[in-house]
Amino acid sequence: MSLTKRRLMLAACGLALLSTPALAQQTVYIPNVIELSGPGAVSGTNWRDGVILAMEEINAAGGILGRQIRTEHLDTQSNPGISRAQIQKVLDNNPYVVLGPVFSGSVKVNMALTQAAEIPQIVGAEAAEITQLGNPWIYRTAFGQQFSMPKIANYLRDGLKAKSVAVVWVNNDFGKGGRDSFIKEMKARNITIAADISTEQGQADFAADVVKAKNANADAVFVYSNEEENARFLREARKQGLKTPLIGETTLLSQKVIELAGDAANGVRGHIGLSADAPVPAIAEFKGKFSKRFNYVPDHNGIKGYTAVYLIKAVAEKTGGFDSKAFGKAMKGLTLKPETTPGILMEASWDENGDIDRASFLAEVVDGKQKIIEILPKLGK
Amino acid sequence: MASFIQLLISGLATGAIYALVAVGFTLLWQTSQTINFAQGEFVMIPAFFVLASMKYLGLGFWPAATLGLIISVLVLGLLFKRIIVDPILKHGVLPLVISTIAFSLFLKEAAKEFYSAQAQPFPPLVEAADVTIFGAAVATQSLVVLGIAILTVGGLQYLLNGTRLGRAMQATAQNPNVARILGIPVERMILLTFMINAGLVAIASILISPIYLAKFTNGETLGLAAFIAAIVGGFNQVRGAIIGGLVLGVVDNMSAAYLSAQYRGALPLFILIAVILFRPQGLLGRAEERTV
Repeated sequence: MSLTKRRLMLAACGLALLSTPALAQQTVYIPNVIELSGPGAVSGTNWRDGVILAMEEINAAGGILGRQIRTEHLDTQSNPGISRAQIQKVLDNNPYVVLGPVFSGSVKVNMALTQAAEIPQIVGAEAAEITQLGNPWIYRTAFGQQFSMPKIANYLRDGLKAKSVAVVWVNNDFGKGGRDSFIKEMKARNITIAADISTEQGQADFAADVVKAKNANADAVFVYSNEEENARFLREARKQGLKTPLIGETTLLSQKVIELAGDAANGVRGHIGLSADAPVPAIAEFKGKFSKRFNYVPDHNGIKGYTAVYLIKAVAEKTGGFDSKAFGKAMKGLTLKPETTPGILMEASWDENGDIDRASFLAEVVDGKQKIIEILPKLGK
Repeated sequence: MASFIQLLISGLATGAIYALVAVGFTLLWQTSQTINFAQGEFVMIPAFFVLASMKYLGLGFWPAATLGLIISVLVLGLLFKRIIVDPILKHGVLPLVISTIAFSLFLKEAAKEFYSAQAQPFPPLVEAADVTIFGAAVATQSLVVLGIAILTVGGLQYLLNGTRLGRAMQATAQNPNVARILGIPVERMILLTFMINAGLVAIASILISPIYLAKFTNGETLGLAAFIAAIVGGFNQVRGAIIGGLVLGVVDNMSAAYLSAQYRGALPLFILIAVILFRPQGLLGRAEERTV
């Protein structure tokens, strides 16, 4: 190597070293550890794009308390072990808050790391037990199953007048948690479980499962799985001419499931915690911006990611700085309204456990689109 | 009984697709002693050729499927043989096995980069409708898949056994040296086998993608299932691969319905172990002896 080249390299290294503290002062590091491949890619991609959109908007408007948001999107590959390694990696860089993942199994594995580091973690996971393990640093931007299942159970009892239900669920943390919460709610309402059908994550052939659901002769089939598996189940149900009403919770009625399942999604009904088609002006505006930016219609995970970033901004402004511990304290009992925090889209409150309470929706898929039938108020109202 | 018939036909339809892919395994093995570990990805890729033809060229489904089939035969048959197999096979079977594993990774990542990690909807071959068979409502899609697979395998059997070209291919498979002495263009026959394999996997891809959706990871499941089917049926017999595929499809569906959904993935592996232990040449395969 020539002397000039060596000098240039030394100068570059020196500049890089000198500029690092300055960069840290001008930015706030909020990394995103998320499912960008594997079975969770649909959810993770939506979440990531929601995060990107919110960060672009905030940075364009001057950042948070004058600091630009600095992020990186690390792929968990939908694998809990890799998600843990990625969380460890971002914790080494002193984040203010960590975003993601969406998969409950991954969150259960990696949340101990953020807890030990006392760094707030905002997740898209819905498994009930995540916020019941006594971890004060975990927060959701989606309903936990303990909040969503009573709503769907009430609909089955009062709206559909169902006396028996077949349950089709995916055998992962999300699915098992949902199935347990659902069955508990069914028992409380004296609704019989006609069939309890377990399926596998990544499963491609649902012929046997649809036959079992068909033979159950139930008043409804409750389908609780991830997006792609939901779509495959709906396609198979359509293929086999399953006539029983198909009921689901948020993912079954998501945009991606409707896109993948095509006509087979028509007629599906259920409860959705968040929807880009909700009759809420702020959500309609978000949907327009998201679709324009990313060229596809967001699902509930896009909204979760977007609101998570605005939640961080609101709390940082409330506490007047970037102290992670102060963030944790400010989250307890927090309520944000769209009038004062427009990016939050709908009024939302967080309880002592980090669970969110917000209005939600009953919906049906009609002609390949979600149609909101009813708005259900916040539980706390 | 009705659900048994539904499961049987649905299992046969899936099994027939496994059989197409497994037949490709056996053809390549017989003619060139090649085990193609990218076979699963070979089934995954044609679906993306079809989708890309529809999206970027604005073609309808059937023209796009035809174009996808042609591209598959050229890329996964001709180019695969010329660029990967020919230069590496000279160095032995093991380097080729490793190369096909590397190629499978390349195809998977390429599909992911080009078309995203998310599953893509794939148009169904026919509109959803039911046909009643012995009191069971059977999906026309299953029957169409089964019908196309049977026609394809039947056509292949006719080509191999009923035509001069097929007999030349069989002669190449049995003893390339003698075939060469008899004036058969052995290299061309082997190339033809690779192109037939590419055609088979492309048809399998078009049949299975409406059910599985087009996704870059599809090859993992399909490749393993077809590999097991080929071993169970007999790696050196086309009809063995067909039986292996059908058995696997039916067993998978029946076990999920009547035994355990959780262990459905394990049962084919139990069958595989049993076959290797008690009938290593496969159900219909012939025992091969090696001279020392």
